Amino acid sequence: MALDVAWAQTWVRRTAEVIAENRDELIELDRQIGDGDHGENMKRGFTAVVAKLDGLEAPPEQVGDVLKLVATTLMSTVGGAAGPLYGTAYLRAAKVAGLAELDGPAVVAVLEAALEGIVARGKATTGEKTMVDAWTPAVNAAQEASGNGSSPAAVLDVAAAAAEAGATATIPMLATKGRASYLGERSIGHQDPGATSTALILRAAADTAAA
Amino acid sequence: MTAGVALVLVSHSADVAAGTAEIAGQMAPDVLLLPAGGIPEGIGTSVDRVMAAVEEGLQTCPGGVVVMTDLGSAVLTTDLVLEMVDDAERVKVPRAPFVEGAVAAAVAAQQGGDLAAVEAAALEAGVSFAPEGAAAPEASDEVDAAGQDGQVTALVTLRNPLGLHARTAAQVARAVADAGVPVRIEGVDGASVLALMALGTTGGQEITVSATGPDAQSAVDTVVALVEGGFGEV
Repeated sequence: MALDVAWAQTWVRRTAEVIAENRDELIELDRQIGDGDHGENMKRGFTAVVAKLDGLEAPPEQVGDVLKLVATTLMSTVGGAAGPLYGTAYLRAAKVAGLAELDGPAVVAVLEAALEGIVARGKATTGEKTMVDAWTPAVNAAQEASGNGSSPAAVLDVAAAAAEAGATATIPMLATKGRASYLGERSIGHQDPGATSTALILRAAADTAAA
Repeated sequence: MTAGVALVLVSHSADVAAGTAEIAGQMAPDVLLLPAGGIPEGIGTSVDRVMAAVEEGLQTCPGGVVVMTDLGSAVLTTDLVLEMVDDAERVKVPRAPFVEGAVAAAVAAQQGGDLAAVEAAALEAGVSFAPEGAAAPEASDEVDAAGQDGQVTALVTLRNPLGLHARTAAQVARAVADAGVPVRIEGVDGASVLALMALGTTGGQEITVSATGPDAQSAVDTVVALVEGGFGEV
């Protein structure tokens, strides 16, 4: 489907479903190297987002309107580090998505803005076993695909695949940022929950775009 | 009465925030201590709670607000809140141990310390945890090239026994900030309380003070006069 306002809402609703389906897995991943609340926090956040969407009196006009609603809702409901991080990501993304419909370069701009927001907020870089390790390859892959003239849906698809590979690649990493860094060497051998939820969010974007 | 600087205590736990306020309050009965811990569902940090506490502190206390944070997301949540409040320049977020920093900051506020002094007190509580000989934080800028046009350099000996500790470093940093000229002390930013404290200077040590530009001489003179005055500790 076209990446318009209707798609943005479908993406967000699909994200809420996928996060709910994977709540237990995210909790388990986070329990191994963190405080075990990522699945519950994300589920609470996206449940609140869907409630906000359902309660809208006037329909959103631009993709950015939907992303901004997600941003402000996650910021005030998630409660863990993911709240400010994803909140800032969606907020920055919203600023470059003041459009009725996203083309390939606009998808790239949205992903780039999200990554910049996460880096600005969390001060993390690649290789530290965080969600940045999923977002960075996703942005790189999207840039390349868009440069080759891929459709917006195809750009999202390669971004999601790169995020999934990036999440898997966090398994052997030593955590040096975030709660897992308190574990030191014991963080090695576990997949980062934030990178995992990033992959879920981007896969939801790609799947709904391909529908 | 309420002292000039308020403290906001951001913990993942409402109990930890409230308990820390209770501990600090024993030593600082007149300081406004605002716990902002937990989320309605339990453990976490809440943008809404932190925002409400920071705004109450800013409204009540003309001197500003020092925010103490515990773990990572408390810092992220606080950063986010500071992007949204109008008066963020009156808010400081020292990276210091939560309980010790809160107590030190509260005591400094109780004694009438201004925002920089209260922040410095919290930071000093953190420095006391650093291992002996720990690396000092890197200076934000490169040291000015020696012999540069208009550079003024002075050597001065610290007369007070403790050198540039929290209170004296805060005085120097404030004087440098007021001078409006970048001054480097032993190669670090003279306006940074933390950088000055991290120098680990002691009494009797000779330090280099340098500045460049039109008002360099008066800025260096100001710092030299402060040091030679012994900060009222001699």
